[in-house]
Amino acid sequence: MNYEVTIGLEVHCEVKTKSKMFSPAPNNYNENPNENISEIDLGFPGILPIANMEAVRKSILMAMALNCKLPEKMFFDRKNYYYPDLPKGYQITQNTKPVGINGYIDVYVADKVKRINIHDIHLEEDTASLDHYDTYSLIDYNRAGVPLLETVTEPCIHSSEEALAFLDSLRRIFLYTNISEARTDRGQMRCDVNISLAKKGSKTLGTKVEMKNINSFSNVKDAIEYEIKRQSELLDSGEKIVMETRRYDDTTGKTYRMREKVENLDYKYYIEPNIPPFKITEKLINEIKEELPMLQFERINKYINEYELSLYDATILTKNIETALYFEEVIKKGVEPKIAANWINTRILGYINKEEININDCTFKTDDLVELIGYINKNVISTKQAKDIFYKCLEENKKPSIIIKENNMEQITDTNAILSVIKEVINENLDLAKSYNPERGRTVDFFVGQVMKKTKGKANPKSAMDLIKEELLKLIQKN
Amino acid sequence: MSYLDKTIAEIKLSLDKNETTVSSLTTEAIERAKDYQEKLNSFVTITEDNAKNQLDNLDSVKDSPLKGIPYALKDNFSTKGILTTASSNILKDYVPFFNATCVNKLYNKGAILIGKTVLDELAMGGTGTTGHTGPVKNPWNAKRLIGGSSAGSASAVASGIVPFSIGSDTGDSIRKPACYGGIVGYKPTYGLVSRFGLFAFASSMDHVGCFTRSVLDSAIVTDAIKGKDEKDMTTFDSSNINLTANINNDIKGKKLFYIKELVDRNNYQDDMDEELDQILINFDLIKEKCKNLGMTIEEVSIDKNLLKAIFPTYITISCAEATSNNSNLTGIIFGPRGAGDNINEIMFNARTKGFSELIKRRFVLGSYILQKENQEKLFLNAGRIRRLIVDKMTTLFKEYDAMILPATGSIAPTFRKEDIDKLSDRYLLLENHMAIANFGGFPSITIPSGFVHNMPIGINITSGIKQDEKLLNIANKIENALTYKGQIAGGEN
Repeated sequence: MNYEVTIGLEVHCEVKTKSKMFSPAPNNYNENPNENISEIDLGFPGILPIANMEAVRKSILMAMALNCKLPEKMFFDRKNYYYPDLPKGYQITQNTKPVGINGYIDVYVADKVKRINIHDIHLEEDTASLDHYDTYSLIDYNRAGVPLLETVTEPCIHSSEEALAFLDSLRRIFLYTNISEARTDRGQMRCDVNISLAKKGSKTLGTKVEMKNINSFSNVKDAIEYEIKRQSELLDSGEKIVMETRRYDDTTGKTYRMREKVENLDYKYYIEPNIPPFKITEKLINEIKEELPMLQFERINKYINEYELSLYDATILTKNIETALYFEEVIKKGVEPKIAANWINTRILGYINKEEININDCTFKTDDLVELIGYINKNVISTKQAKDIFYKCLEENKKPSIIIKENNMEQITDTNAILSVIKEVINENLDLAKSYNPERGRTVDFFVGQVMKKTKGKANPKSAMDLIKEELLKLIQKN
Repeated sequence: MSYLDKTIAEIKLSLDKNETTVSSLTTEAIERAKDYQEKLNSFVTITEDNAKNQLDNLDSVKDSPLKGIPYALKDNFSTKGILTTASSNILKDYVPFFNATCVNKLYNKGAILIGKTVLDELAMGGTGTTGHTGPVKNPWNAKRLIGGSSAGSASAVASGIVPFSIGSDTGDSIRKPACYGGIVGYKPTYGLVSRFGLFAFASSMDHVGCFTRSVLDSAIVTDAIKGKDEKDMTTFDSSNINLTANINNDIKGKKLFYIKELVDRNNYQDDMDEELDQILINFDLIKEKCKNLGMTIEEVSIDKNLLKAIFPTYITISCAEATSNNSNLTGIIFGPRGAGDNINEIMFNARTKGFSELIKRRFVLGSYILQKENQEKLFLNAGRIRRLIVDKMTTLFKEYDAMILPATGSIAPTFRKEDIDKLSDRYLLLENHMAIANFGGFPSITIPSGFVHNMPIGINITSGIKQDEKLLNIANKIENALTYKGQIAGGEN
């Protein structure tokens, strides 16, 4: 391709709080329209906003997670425009002093680290949701006034992969910090994409096209790719890109013009007079800092460097903080990291993903995994048996030791016991034993099979094989 | 003589001595409201049913200085189940489902709401002539206006319908009509009284306040409605402030000042007439009274250009904030729904029909002022002038206990608009200086100080932030040194 793509993202994410940003109405997902509302959300005459301190704290936490510079004081501004989804006729947001500016996060794009610069992050209130029908529209004010964090990146993203890696990382941060549930299926996370194409090597950016309110990550990817194709074709044929706002339609996979953007709308911002600016004190900053966990990117690097895991394993283990903490606990209890990673990434995550539960709700606790791996290490059970025990533990909600006992699954590790079975089998197949050739392995396999059969699979296969080789060798040397 | 003609404190005594009853007081207040309505047009709604309900439930109310006292409320305070129009067609049928905080407080103290009063449409205006139900008249002379925007609340108290009423004050909307009506008008420190439920005009300058016929009554009413409100982030804890208890403190040695440029006859050579002359003479008289009370009074000079900028600054900030604050009036959620084929048309038509030309003009101004290309020059510069004035005043209030000035430069005007020259020094200096208190949130009170051409005039006293106790204390002492306490239009004075 002859063009360089430049993308900036504006990501809106609803903040998880008990009540709304400026009213005491509940902030929770409600299927029934217009139930989570108060006179404040609907902008009745005489109402005043009350800033939700839980949301303010979470916004500061997010600013910290994105390595942003915090303002000295928390300010809110009014953004004035008329729209039926905006009951007051203005949105309370942050314009002059956003809660965070000039931040960044590092993300993995495939196996390369990419730094995404954050222009700003600001706290505001959501609008109502509108449903349009042929001859009428319906308004649901449940969403009006829900606290919203808007993260604005610099135009520093150059592919759909980078955009997606950023969105995924951002979502993980919201989840790690418990700031939001960040569920795209409930519209809790929505994305505006600004995209422009310029000739490779060009020092200036091309004409910006904006795509509004894309509601899933895969749609973001498709929309970006469609736009790159569309704009490339236009440029190839010598046409100009128009500055405009487009809408992505996921049924056709295409973008469509919504409106031409003559110039930026004037929102007539001014400071919200009903919320006195308040100081973000050192004490508050320190308190909130305590709440900031180690995030995914740092954990991935730690797992790679300290535990020698692959990027792939580290990424899976750190997708959510609960799994990461589970893993770290197992390691702390002495399990070798690679073995722990293997178990968690295949067995445990496989199970909880299938059951659609959180790892914390899984009955197979870290102690159980530590115990199970311990039995393998001590040759009490085989790896194959361990897998069966794992599923039995989950099915019957029992400890591994109980399952092993109940099913009589301990391996025979006692050398003498195994040896007596081996001797028995050799005697029964003396001719074959005598024809043993150490260069060829098939004879050994046969004897191992016979020993396993006689012990009903409980003999430790490794010990059995070593002992059989020893005995057969003794036999042919004797002859 | 009726007990209704007395002050709150006096009525309370009579009630306690069983000389009169709450029921007869309320009945009489409603009768007067109805009788005077044609002449004065004080009310949008006379709330007879509400008054009856309150009377029926009064036994369950704990005793308070306001228990059983009838009052009137400006029609821009939200009242549950009672029509609240803000004197605008866009809200002509609006019945709120929640009460303003001060309404709840008065209800809990047992004050009886007998009516909702007329204001200038959406509280924007200073004449009391622009409400959707017609102009309010001055009970001292019905050919004259009473001023606004809290016009009906002023006329209801001045005419003796109620001993107190609640108003709102963004520029001087309580204190000017109080002056024209010969009564007390008090706007406390910003944040002392909750604004929750007051229809916003210019939030950074809006105040809830009261009209009474004595300074003591203003203290009683404000003590009842003040307090930190979890619904208004700009309120503060005032549990250490008790206006009533400190009203009679000794004021000897208190230091007052007045602004030279506002009362200097040299500044009004072109505007001088007998009316202004009398007002300035009256002010000299008041200064003497203050000295006799043991206070000192000094002249302070402030740049005349800064003072002349008060009114334009006020208009600039208030129009800008008003445009935004009234953007909720679209007819989508409440108020008359506009006609139209799409949502934008519906909102457009509701607003076109619902607002008077005067209001639209202010919104256009406000919108222009807030536009990106004009913000710096107009809105932000107005903010800077506001800051200059507030800083100057704050410095002065460190040295002085209060500022005293004539409340206005004229008596209540007639209804002829051409009487006022809005670019004259008299208008810009003496007619509109009271907005200083709104710029800084300073407590400010107007009390009657005499008569010119048989119309009442008043003085305004303003003090520093949270100095409300001291302010009312000084005002009370001056009031006691004069003879206008408790006066009612057409009464014995």
